[in-house]
Amino acid sequence: MTAMLNVKDLRAYYGQVQALHGLTFSLNEGSLTTLLGANGAGKTTTLRAICNMVRSTGAIEFEGATLSGRATENIVRLGIAHVPQGRGTFTTLTVEENLQLGAISRKDRAGIVADIERMYEHFPVLKQRYTQQAGTLSGGEQQMLAVARALMLRPRLMLLDEPSFGLAPLVVRDLFKILGKINREDKVTILVVEQNAQLALELADQAHVIETGRIVMSGNAKEIANNEDVRKSYLGY
Amino acid sequence: MSAADEVEVVAEGQAVEAVPKRAMTLGTGTSLIVLVVLLVIPLLAKNFIIFQMTMLLIYGIAVLALNILTGGSGQFSLGQSAFYAVGAYTSAILMEQFNVNYALTLPIAGILCFAAGFLFGQPALRLSGVYLALATFALATAMPQLLKLGYFEHWTGGVQGLVVTKPDAPEFLENALKVFHLKMSQDMWLYYFTLVITVAIYLWSVNLLRSRSGRAFMAIRDNEIAASSMGVNVALYKTLAFGVSAGITGIAGGLGAIAVQFVAPDSYTITFAISLFLGMVVGGVGWLPGSFVGAAFIIFVPNISESISKGLSGAVFGVLLFLVIFLVPHGARQIAIVGQQLAGRFRR
Amino acid sequence: MELFTNQILAGISTGAIYACMALAVVMIYQAIDHLNFAQGEMAMFSTFISWQLMQWGIPYWGAFFLTLALSFAGGILIERLLFKPLAKAPILTNVAGFIALFSIINSCAGLIWDFTIKQYPTPFGSSPFLGSQLISTHQAGMIGVTFLLLIALYFFFQYTRMGLAMRAAASLPESARLVGINTSWMIALGWGMAAAIGAIAGILIAPVVFLEPNMMGGVLIYGFAAAVLGGLTSPLGAVIGGFLVGIFENLAGTYIPGVGNELKLPIALALIVTVLVVKPAGLFGRPIVKRV
Repeated sequence: MTAMLNVKDLRAYYGQVQALHGLTFSLNEGSLTTLLGANGAGKTTTLRAICNMVRSTGAIEFEGATLSGRATENIVRLGIAHVPQGRGTFTTLTVEENLQLGAISRKDRAGIVADIERMYEHFPVLKQRYTQQAGTLSGGEQQMLAVARALMLRPRLMLLDEPSFGLAPLVVRDLFKILGKINREDKVTILVVEQNAQLALELADQAHVIETGRIVMSGNAKEIANNEDVRKSYLGY
Repeated sequence: MSAADEVEVVAEGQAVEAVPKRAMTLGTGTSLIVLVVLLVIPLLAKNFIIFQMTMLLIYGIAVLALNILTGGSGQFSLGQSAFYAVGAYTSAILMEQFNVNYALTLPIAGILCFAAGFLFGQPALRLSGVYLALATFALATAMPQLLKLGYFEHWTGGVQGLVVTKPDAPEFLENALKVFHLKMSQDMWLYYFTLVITVAIYLWSVNLLRSRSGRAFMAIRDNEIAASSMGVNVALYKTLAFGVSAGITGIAGGLGAIAVQFVAPDSYTITFAISLFLGMVVGGVGWLPGSFVGAAFIIFVPNISESISKGLSGAVFGVLLFLVIFLVPHGARQIAIVGQQLAGRFRR
Repeated sequence: MELFTNQILAGISTGAIYACMALAVVMIYQAIDHLNFAQGEMAMFSTFISWQLMQWGIPYWGAFFLTLALSFAGGILIERLLFKPLAKAPILTNVAGFIALFSIINSCAGLIWDFTIKQYPTPFGSSPFLGSQLISTHQAGMIGVTFLLLIALYFFFQYTRMGLAMRAAASLPESARLVGINTSWMIALGWGMAAAIGAIAGILIAPVVFLEPNMMGGVLIYGFAAAVLGGLTSPLGAVIGGFLVGIFENLAGTYIPGVGNELKLPIALALIVTVLVVKPAGLFGRPIVKRV
């Protein structure tokens, strides 16, 4: 299996504070990988660094193209969709406008229209509310919208930052089922950052564990889930 | 779409950036040096330079007042010229119509303007950002017109304004100097008088910003909702900030009236308020010592622009202003920080 | 009663001026989240350019569209050269930049074309409109063009991809980047459009207030006030705000004793501020809910 994303010696900084201390890992094409770790470990920073939203050094390669030095919007156009922490929904715009924005960098009008219909199939609740202002949707619905918007890009890689945050457990389960479906059927490689390690390890096939800006553990998700020491030391359960 | 849909949810962001408390003033060493320089210059300079230095201190106080309001409590004001005018006219009227001693007019001007500012702060509570700017703008444009109103002409002198008598140095000082065969000119006396007041106001302001009230101001500036949920009486402190700022501006206005020997409605237009704003930005928002750097900018740079090109003086001024904000977007404070870092390296 | 109606009509016709300016103000606010103090001067400069083109023999409509194109380009150029470098600077520094721009443009206009008042032609003629003594055909034309502009802007923002992208970039720049929008260029585009709209406003206003470098001073303030009154997020609000401001101004001048020409501005502003105290987001603006 080819490595779709290669991260080598990534160091990231917020002003004077260094958040990542030389991260190295890769993502295989078609995998569903989860990035785990405690609060403040650097998971969100990693995703932001990939999209060049934070100052960083090191080499990041996506399908052969170097990402460092590119503007965020150009990285996105290479086929990387990022669902940020807090979802980043355009709350003053309608549901349908949010979806259209997901595809704003695409030129194929017919394809966009078809994709919007597909999103409504994946997420029927969005179809119900398509003229509503996105800010009036519930947390779970906004998360669905954020994922749908990301999919409108027809991304090769989707980055999700704590999609379970603030959502009820049942809603999270539904969401994760859909993510699995997207990974298998639409062939989208997924990297999901999660604090809810248990749920994430059930969904993913690969996992990396971050602690204070370094990767301390990498491997098959099931193995990590079954490894009691790892769970106790790094994942808290 | 129902009314509930039409709501814009905004994360409470910071319109005015926070200045770390440490960086709010100059170090003690630097301050003393500056003070010595300020004390000595008039002994070596001509009267006109002394007059300009006096105006620099006065405008510096006015910019300082704006700094407390905006840099301290995060409220915008384009209306400081109005309070300055009230202070100026108070001093002028008290001196010329009621024969009050010039020094006494200043605290009266200060208190009057404090009250005015405090009152203005009340309706302003509901406004912020661009809306507050508009309201203060209205105040600034109204003031010259109000001063011209026929109704008040008996006191204000209407469009022509009032002439203000320049004070002499106090008798005891003149007698003391006579012993050394020295004379103190009116300008020099006024300068030292202003300097004493300036230092007093400066120290008081630094103290204010370091006190509990100051922390309350800054909490409101950084995050009003959080401040209020921590028990800060937002309404009280916001209006207090307006009052203090207006009061200090009023004192500056009074001093200005005495120094310039003249008050007239068209001296206190919105252009003056905008100048004070520029002075604050150039000096560094929230950095009190920068107020004087900003004052120097707004006094001297227009003159320099005019000497470079009479026809294009406005354009030259604009270009110089752009240069300054490109080089130091955070104002003179940035230079001071660099200076501090260099000094630190020097000591090692 | 007749005096009252007449004053309302007169207010509506002056209000068209403010409505036009307010549209440009809202346009730029949508793009950059601030009010640009130099916008009036940019509009004035554009109007002078169109006047100069006509002095050189270019017919009215040719000059009009050429000026629009030049203003659009000029707005983008100003943003790229002067304000893109200030993008990371604090807001107040940007405001100082607007003031500097104001000073530069005003001064240059004064030097190039001097401060004497010039006549400016109108394509609508100035005969009484439908026989009314208070609205001329030109003023009716102004109102018409303003509404056309409003409709065009509405279509642009609601139904085009570019308009959607601009709205997104103004609303949440980071999220906009995450869908591939070049937010930096959206800002430049916003400036260009605002400059073009400002040019239209200036060209329409000049026949009434006469062409000279300081012609936009008062108009800009009323434009701001109108935009704020209408709610800074609503072009329709800006236009209605403009008419309301015109009416306020006229009524205040007619009915409040002691209010001559000089006090009209502060009184109008005071009225607007009073409205804002009651409705802080303006008449048509979305109420802003602040979250910690």
